[in-house]
Amino acid sequence: MDKVLSIIKDNKLTYNQKVLNLAQAAEDSLSVFNITEETKEYIEARIICDLNEGNAPYKARYILPDYEKFMKNGSKFLELEPPKDIWEATNNLLILYKHVPSVTSFPVYAGNLDTLLEPFITDEEEAYRAIKLFLLHMDRTLRSSYCHANLGPASTKAGRLILKAERELQCSTPSITLKYNNETPDDYAIDAINTALITAKPSFANHSMFVHDFGEDYGIASCYNGLNIGGGSYTLVRLNLYFLAQRSKGIEDFLNNVLPEGVVRTSSLMDEKIRFLVEESGFFDTSFLVEEGLISRNRFTGMFGMFGLAECVNHLLLPKTPEERFGHGEEANKLGLKIIEKLQEEVGRHYNKYCETTGGNFILHAQVGIDSDTGISPGCRIPIGEEPELQEHIIQSAVFHKFFPSGISDVFSFDSTVKQNTEYILDIIKGAFNENMRYFPFYSTDCDVVRITGYLVKRSEMEKLDQGKAVLVDNVVLGLGAVKNQKVLDRKVR
Amino acid sequence: MAKGLVNRIIPFSSVDGPGNRAAIFLQGCNFNCLYCHNPETINLCRNCFICVKECPYGALSVEEGIVLWNNNLCKKCDICLKCCPYHSSPKVVAMETEEVVTIVKRISGFISGVTVSGGECMLQSEFLISLFEKMKDMNLTTFIDTNGSIPFQDNQKLISVMDMAMIDVKSFDSEEHKKLTGMDHSIVLKNVEFLGNIGKLYEIRTVIVPDILDNYSNVDSISRLIAKINPSIRYKLIKYRPLGVRKELMESCIPSDAMMNELAGLSKANGCNNVVIT
Repeated sequence: MDKVLSIIKDNKLTYNQKVLNLAQAAEDSLSVFNITEETKEYIEARIICDLNEGNAPYKARYILPDYEKFMKNGSKFLELEPPKDIWEATNNLLILYKHVPSVTSFPVYAGNLDTLLEPFITDEEEAYRAIKLFLLHMDRTLRSSYCHANLGPASTKAGRLILKAERELQCSTPSITLKYNNETPDDYAIDAINTALITAKPSFANHSMFVHDFGEDYGIASCYNGLNIGGGSYTLVRLNLYFLAQRSKGIEDFLNNVLPEGVVRTSSLMDEKIRFLVEESGFFDTSFLVEEGLISRNRFTGMFGMFGLAECVNHLLLPKTPEERFGHGEEANKLGLKIIEKLQEEVGRHYNKYCETTGGNFILHAQVGIDSDTGISPGCRIPIGEEPELQEHIIQSAVFHKFFPSGISDVFSFDSTVKQNTEYILDIIKGAFNENMRYFPFYSTDCDVVRITGYLVKRSEMEKLDQGKAVLVDNVVLGLGAVKNQKVLDRKVR
Repeated sequence: MAKGLVNRIIPFSSVDGPGNRAAIFLQGCNFNCLYCHNPETINLCRNCFICVKECPYGALSVEEGIVLWNNNLCKKCDICLKCCPYHSSPKVVAMETEEVVTIVKRISGFISGVTVSGGECMLQSEFLISLFEKMKDMNLTTFIDTNGSIPFQDNQKLISVMDMAMIDVKSFDSEEHKKLTGMDHSIVLKNVEFLGNIGKLYEIRTVIVPDILDNYSNVDSISRLIAKINPSIRYKLIKYRPLGVRKELMESCIPSDAMMNELAGLSKANGCNNVVIT
């Protein structure tokens, strides 16, 4: 009960944050998973980590409702008629958002906002007022910047109004992705880049690559996770490749024995989480989202996360010079690729009957890390402080992106002078996507809103928290931890 | 095949023309500007070997009387540049056009084009022509960053493969220009008119140097000239920055934002509609 009392007495938490933390503490007092002692040992050693998902899941981790269907049909459960104008459209969405569960309790996916709102844009001035209020409402009530809206690939009036409002509001929520392909007009892309250089969003997603993996009905949720619309992911569990490598006797032992065993143990925990959620918690049997066809169980999968590839490779190879380290040396980069190929092969061996939408397999996710990680890099990223020149960085990183349909990225920090030449960034994004880079997030050195690892936080809010004051958005706590432990604000400036 | 004396290549540059561009800096300049911030690009190496002795990392050696630079051993401390009495660099490489093409090819998907700068790149116009022909095959745009001292009008072959030029007009007063650069400005102004009239002038630049130049008068005259040729030609007003400048030649300070804004306002009032401060 100490934990419960300490939550209640924590002056850095708002009332709402206390309620969520208390619920989490209650859930974590249970133990419902049937897992082996070996798997438990890996969890205790932080080789396997479920990112505070909870010990008895009663909601899927990432849910991407079919908002198009909701706009068309309204909702019986929520007693909402289909909207007739921009005010009803934005109001209906705000109501539904408050009933979409997730690991954070706030929706991790807010829909393709441009196409959802476009039919209601008649008077642009009025629409702008409605959209700005709508986005402000999201930021102040959905207190998690894992909430993610999508735009594009086509240019829309609604999309341009959303970008304009974001430039003015400079809020951390929602995060935004522009689905980009060769049909996205350059002037719209430049509008988006101008916005990102002010407020660190939108990020650019390689639309063609995601469509290849998921079909047209995909969304980008949470940090940068590609998932089915009308579905999502039951769970995300991550494997710490660095700590795992420390259990091996060398490269061959790691590839042939330790890594496959790590995958088996991680998968067994994921299986148990999914089994409990689907078969025991009643989530898919009772949620009105299922009943009204906004989500369906068979559109969900499981995300197999990994991180610490750089440290794993450097541990196994023991490079003597900076030029030989992961991200620089040819041998190190080749070993990195070999490890990810092997990881994909091993994850592909595991079957879970509830992941039929992805062929019965879990899908790979390059996880961005959590605030308590120290000395371990997210996903396949090159450690901060060791980044090569931009062109080498992109070419080296992009080779990993095809393995991770449910998300992978670097983060690029540009000097504020590039605001005078935004085509510079568009050229780089086009080049990166030609190299099969999946996702391109960036911000400018003078933004208040910055991308921490995958999510957005305001610098000014972190300063407030650092002075011991409570803050509205949950991610600020994570962001401040990451700034202190992972030096995320020290990224190489381009 | 032509060879170019290359000081360095920056694969991604955001400040050398529109979009992302590979910037290729050639060695050797016919100006000797008082405020030059990379004087090591002015002269060719005389093989005096002073830098070979000074290099702390053994990256420089002598072979057949010529200084050789080993990129792999170089730690980029720039001691060689600081100790050179002739404003040169031992790191200059004579590159075949094909060698530069190979470097650009690797990044061609990421860039709008190339910009060749210097030094004064027009001193190596044969190399420019041969490089630009190859760049056109790759659908890349070709820009030249020049001090304007060498006539373009006589070089039709270059003009046919060059998309745009960016020219420094450092002073509008002949005497002041001579004092600052060592040369008269009459060819510079002819080039501005010629390239402007054929639609191949992307940008004019003027460095604003407090107390040393008659900045107000220069910007006033230059902006009028631009507005007369084509008001959309970009006029870039550059703040003087002391970094890299030879202090023994000149001392000035960074102009204030207020001064820069005033000069930008003057240019706009004179009819320029694309004025930037950097």
